[in-house]
Order: sequence, then C-alpha cells, then structure tokens
Amino acid sequence: MGRIKTIARRTFLIGSAAIAGGVAFGYVMYKRPAANPLLDGLEDGEAALTPYVLITPGGITLITPHADKGQGAYSMQAALIAEELDLRLDQIKADPGPPSPAYYNTALSQDAVPFRSTDDSFIAETSRAIMDAPIKFLGLQITGGSSSVPDSYEKLRIAGAVARETLKAAAAQKSGLPVERLTTSDGAVHLPDGSAISYVDLAPIAAGIDPVSDVTLRSHDQWRLIGKPMQRIDIIAKSTGTQAYGIDQNPPGMVHAAVRLNPRRGAVKGYDASTAEAMRGVLKITAITGGIGVIADNSWRAMQAALAIEPDWGPAPYPAEMADHWQVLENSFTRKHRDSRLRDDGDIGAALSGANITEAEYRAPYLAHAPLEPVNATVLATDTRLDIWTGTQIPRFVQKNAARIAGLDTDDVHVHVLMMGGSFGHRLEDDVVRHATELALTMKGTPVKLTYSREEDFAHDYPRQIAMARGRGAVKDGQVTGYDLDIAMPSVMSSQMSRQGLPIPGPDAQIIAGAWDQPFDIPDYRVTGYRAEGLAPISSWRSVGASSNGFFHDCFLDELIHAAGADPLAERLRLCWHAPSRKVLEAVGEMSDWGSEMGPDRGRGVAYCLSFGVPTAEVIEVTNTKGGIRIDKAYVAADVGRIIDPVNFDNLMKGGVVFGLAHAMNCEITFAGGAPEQSNFDAYEGMRLYQCPDIEVRGLETGAKIRGIGEPPVPPAAAALANAIFAATGQRIREMPFSKHIDFI
Amino acid sequence: MKLSVNGTDYEVDVEPDMPLLWVLRDELGFTGPKYGCGIGQCGACTVHIDGVATRACQVWAEDAVGEITTIEGLGTPDALHAVQEAWITHQVAQCGYCQSGQIMSAAAYLAENPDPTDADIDDAMSGNLCRCGTYPRIREAVKSAAARLREG
Repeated sequence: MGRIKTIARRTFLIGSAAIAGGVAFGYVMYKRPAANPLLDGLEDGEAALTPYVLITPGGITLITPHADKGQGAYSMQAALIAEELDLRLDQIKADPGPPSPAYYNTALSQDAVPFRSTDDSFIAETSRAIMDAPIKFLGLQITGGSSSVPDSYEKLRIAGAVARETLKAAAAQKSGLPVERLTTSDGAVHLPDGSAISYVDLAPIAAGIDPVSDVTLRSHDQWRLIGKPMQRIDIIAKSTGTQAYGIDQNPPGMVHAAVRLNPRRGAVKGYDASTAEAMRGVLKITAITGGIGVIADNSWRAMQAALAIEPDWGPAPYPAEMADHWQVLENSFTRKHRDSRLRDDGDIGAALSGANITEAEYRAPYLAHAPLEPVNATVLATDTRLDIWTGTQIPRFVQKNAARIAGLDTDDVHVHVLMMGGSFGHRLEDDVVRHATELALTMKGTPVKLTYSREEDFAHDYPRQIAMARGRGAVKDGQVTGYDLDIAMPSVMSSQMSRQGLPIPGPDAQIIAGAWDQPFDIPDYRVTGYRAEGLAPISSWRSVGASSNGFFHDCFLDELIHAAGADPLAERLRLCWHAPSRKVLEAVGEMSDWGSEMGPDRGRGVAYCLSFGVPTAEVIEVTNTKGGIRIDKAYVAADVGRIIDPVNFDNLMKGGVVFGLAHAMNCEITFAGGAPEQSNFDAYEGMRLYQCPDIEVRGLETGAKIRGIGEPPVPPAAAALANAIFAATGQRIREMPFSKHIDFI
Repeated sequence: MKLSVNGTDYEVDVEPDMPLLWVLRDELGFTGPKYGCGIGQCGACTVHIDGVATRACQVWAEDAVGEITTIEGLGTPDALHAVQEAWITHQVAQCGYCQSGQIMSAAAYLAENPDPTDADIDDAMSGNLCRCGTYPRIREAVKSAAARLREG
C-alpha cells in the first residue's frame, strides 16, 4: 500500500490547528497549504475534517465542490467520500461549499497539454504534472471538461478515509479501547460490545486530536457504493418540484430584475425608457454594461418593461451577416492563420499526388447552449459585503469579478452555488452575475434577482464555435492510406478566457480536438488547425472543439472508407491501434449486429471519437420514410476506466447521444444585422421525444485512467447519423444542421 | 382576482394578462412550475387546470378559471403520485428542470388514457422539451406509471 500512502501525503499536507471547537485539516496548494475554508464560523462541537467533511450537531455535510449542472456530480462526489467514511447516502447532506483555492481542479491539466490522451510516455506525464502547478496556483475551481470524476476519484476517497480514521481515533480515546478493535458503518464507530458512538457525538473529540493521515484506501472488492446502482441524492426533489434552482431563490424583501442587452454586443448609444418607467411595478431602470436593466416587483413586469424600452444600439464588432462569417473561415486556411500541426505522419504530399484522391468540405454552425433554466443570479449588496446566489461553474471568477464591480475585497463576496437547470457550458460565463451585481448596487440592502428572458438568454449567449474543415484523402487496394484534414475555427479558449482577464498564449488545442489525436495508423496522416480571427465571441459548448471536429474527422474518414470500397467498421478497426478504442468499436458492432441485412430505405452508420480521454463509438440506424429520416436505433459504447454509478452513466450516455443528434438535426445560430436570428425554442427546437431513438448503452472499464462521461458521447453522434443517412439514401451530408439538406420526421 | 391552487383559494392583485406562470411563481411562491421559454414551446411550466395539462405561460391570469394543480399539489416527497414514483424508480432526471412539466403532462395524460401504446406516449409527451435528453427514461417511466395506475 506504499503507493496510496504516498498519494495521501502528497495530496494532503495534513496538519491540525486546533481552534474553538474545530479542527483544521489543511489542503495543499502549490506546496503551501490553502486554508480549510470550512473553519470560518465553526461552533463548539463542530468539526471540519478535511475541507470535504463537516460534522455538526445537526448532522454530516459532505462538501462537493464540483458544480452540479444535472450530471449528478453532487451524488458522485458524495458517494466517493461516503464510501470510505462508511456513511449511507441518505445520512448526509451535500453542499457545494464556498469558493476556495482548496478546491482547485487537478484534472484540468490533463487536457491542457499537447499530448494525446493515449500518450502515457514519461514526457507526456511530466508535462501534465508541470501544468498542474499553475492550475493549483490560480486555484481554478472550475467544473468542466468532463473533469469532475478524474479530479475527485482519489482525492475524495482519501478525504473520507482520513475523516474515518480520525473519528476512530477519537472513539479509541473516548472508550479506552485500541483502535484496531473498532469498526465503522452507517455513520458510527462500533465497539466490540455491540454499542456504537455516532460520528456527530465524536466530532468534538475528533476536533482536538491529531488527524490520522496514514490511511489505506479500500480495494474495489470492498466497495459498498462505487460501481453499483445508486439513487441520486437529488432524485426525489427533482421528481416532486421541490428542487430549488437559482431561479427559485426568494430571500425576504427580494425584487425582480430583467435586462435588455444589445444583441449585437456593441455600444449602447442611448435609450428611451419613458414608456417602461410608467409601467406597473417598475421600481428602477438603469444603464448597465452592454444594455439596460429594469428592477420591478415581479419578473414578468420587469421583462415587459424591458421590452418597452426603445434602445439605440451600436453596431456589432464582428461581421453583421452570416455570409461574411463563412467568408472569414474560408479565408483562414492560410499559412498566416496556421495555429498548429500536431499530427504529420508519413508523407501526405506524396500520398495526395497520385490518383484516387477524395476531397470534401465540411461546416458546423454557431450553436446556443440554451439550458432550460435561463441564466439568473440573486445578489444582495451592502456597503461591506456581497452575497450572490447563482448556478455557476466558475465560482472563484464570479467572486473576483463581482468584488471588482463592487469595489470590495474578494473575501467580502460570498458566493452560494446553487443547483443548475442545465448548462452545457453556458454557466462557464458570468455576465448575468455581473449585471445582477451592477443592479443590486443601485438598491443596497435589497436582494435583487435577475432572470434573463429566454430571448435575452439566446441573444446574449456566447455560442459554440463556427467551424469549417477541408479534407483530402487517398485510398489504395481497398484501404485508406492518406488522410489530410485542415480545420478552421476561432479560438474558444482565447475568447472565453479573455473575458476573465486571462490571456491564453500559444496554439489552442480545441481547434484540433477530436481530430489530431485519434488513434489511427494511417500511413500518411496530417491534421492542421487554423485560427479564424474577428468573428463573434464564443464559449465552450458541451465537448468544445470535438463537437464540430468529431463530425468532420469521422465523416471524412467514412467517405474515404467508402471510396476504398471497404467495410466502415472493419476498416476503422484495421486502422485503430488503441486497444480500448478497438473494444468500443467492437462493442457497437456486436450490439448492432453490424453487417446484418436491414431492408429497403434503411441504413446503418458507425462513428468513433476519442475526446476527453474517452474512446466512444456509436452506431445509428435510420429509415428514409416518406415523412423524412427517422432515427430508429442508437448503440453507444465508451470506456471511462471505472464507472462510479452505472445508472447515472447510462443516463448521461443516452443524454449525450440525444444532445449530439438534436443539434445535428436542426439547430443553428445565424447572425443578421449583427444579431442572432434565433431567439427561442420555436427556431431552435432540438429533439423531441417522438424523434428519439431507442438507445442501447455499454460501458467498458479497460482504460488505464478514470474519466468523465459528460461530453464524450456528443462528438460521434452527428457523424454516426450522417454516415447512416448516407448508407440509407446515398446522400452525403457535410453541413450541420442536416435539416438544411434533408427532412427529419 | 381569485385563483384556486392546490385546493386553496387565493386573492391576487395582478394585471388580467399576467401569465398564470408568473402569478404562481412570483405572487404565490409556487416554484414547481418552471419558466423555460414563455411561448408554450418547452412545457416546463405545465400545470393542470381542472385536470387538463396546460402551459401556465400561455394562460392569462383572468382566464385561469377552475381548479389549478401544480406539481406541489400532485404529490409530495412523503406522499408521491404514481407518476412521481415511476420518475424516481427510473431515475429520469438529470438537471431536472423540465421534469415538473414532464410529470404534469404524463399525469394528466394517464388520467385520461391509462393504457397508452408507445406511439400514444410519444404523442402525449412531445410537447415537453428536455435539453439533457432524458427521453428514453421518460418513456420507461410513463409505461411503468401506467401499469401502476391500471393496477389501481
């Protein structure tokens, strides 16, 4: 067990600092322990055992710092702690805790370095470790990039084990028995005589003793919770309308706010609010950054008044018309715009000089995130502090930005992170909190809840990147031998982080994510990224660069395989050298009975994408009916190394497939006159239940590292659908949304 | 203006054209019905008026005549409706934001048609959007709720 002890010591520099009734278990941050944020305000009899376990006379709270946007992160994190702490999930409360550098995300660095996730060489692992330092240093408590599970898997089990052993030591002190004779279960330490002392009763003693840091993690066969179906801790609340989201906040005396923002993101040259000011319930109308805010006594009245304002908007700082956006992309395939060429195997120039060359151009549009809960924030400002209640993936940025607006220290800004009604990356932005803070500062002492109308949420979203790809490939003797893909898109990382004041130097790996790092042995194989400049600001959208590139890379490969006259599944398998990837391809082949007869007007397509370290394969079956394409079946297999909860895994896999298919079918954001043309779900419908295929899921656990599943099912979905439509109809669709080229039922 | 919600009468002073959704949420504090689109496209605000599934964002306050039931009145964590039990058994929710509306649509439909075919379920539930993509679980949950309700 030497390895686990090493991890424990390296990860937790545990030292206790006795304070009134509490205990400090510091958590290392860049060699220096970051203060345990739970120690503020501890009462007598309360103990904060590590930054993740808080025991008070009222019960046990597990701190789950990764935000829950619907992916079950709170349950997953609580289960990891509870596994080692010997608690039942119905015995605990989960709380996201305060924003703190103690909760920095150690897993983000995994994808921040230009090494393929399949590369476990010394230099790749060393680079990941070095990248961890600045992320620690910045204390980036971020939820995203399918990193919650990898970041939590060891850290939270160790936190649970440290707390358990410390509580046992406390029980040993109280009972006079040696610790070896004590056991734990169901939130209590059990004595050999059959009696038990609850953790809550032990907390005051635990707070006064040295924490036990020399812990051994349990092996897989000892697990009670991990790997077994769990009931999500939020499932009853979410089935009874009792789950409180940000939009449901209602502190005493609260007023409601709405905004009218320049949909072109240009200047606010002026506005006439005389009609709006006279409307019932309106309390205040004021200019805010990028638009106008209305405070009223009811959300609807605020939204109606916002609509009655007559604004004078300045022009967009990016091309006003869609054709010009595409033109910028078309013009970006030049040496001047080249961002990276991280894959250049063999001699692609020679490969493409012969006959049998296939060429194709692919496009993917801007997309809205459009979580069903519009963004919102409730802010209470006083002269000395701010309280912010909101659903966010970036609590520390929220804290910093609000502090700057209010002219306060970040310590005086208290962010209360709430359950989110979806995000898909939307809540990696914090404009709504900045606007709510500006409004609350005009009404100090009164909580102000700002809710964007659905139309403002669409108009003020930072959309998914627009992207284009140009492929050229060669086939010979029934095999794919040459593959060259050029991808042009704006840099999402540069756009997104610029709004947080963080310049991101160097190439953006997202421009080529899901394409350059695919584990295929094609003899002549090149992937080049081009950075498009001057387009609309964009943000991370579920699976980020791979959301467009997974479609481009796999569909073009499918074209080459058909040009070679090979079987789509067999040729992918022949080209693939990575064992877990081969297994997911083989799995969907077996699940779909690949190769079996389908009948007239039907087709089957396979697609594969490695994203966020997770190899994922999908097979889609469609029928070309008189009413349009019907998606009959979907089969999806992914390897995440270790599945924490098979029920939640199944749900997220299916949801990811639906998300990928939905946007491929009929969603796009287009600009006209500088403003987005789609403003609600009538023009951005996605998938409805009658269009949803039966989906069969298989999770594999052969990969070396544990990974998250929030994003990986998305990138192959569009490709598998396009490949299936080609198989059924002979029509090759190279542009999303597919509804521009073919009807769906 | 008088409204009857979950068996209790309320007097509200609102504009006749304020959508029922905002009367429920901001005036009366019923936060189970959710604001998602405001144009009757997403179904997150679904309530029952005299047992009929209705988009609360599309009904003016003055037209909200009859007994209004929100998800809070359908069942509670301690006294679940059969549809809610099925939603919990099948662990339908991801973000859960649309699920109040999904459950209200399913409950009203099954009260009328307790023995739906798969196609019936597809038709009945397609007015409710789920951005997380929980549709396969919604189908299963509606089927098992129907079976429960048929047993009585």
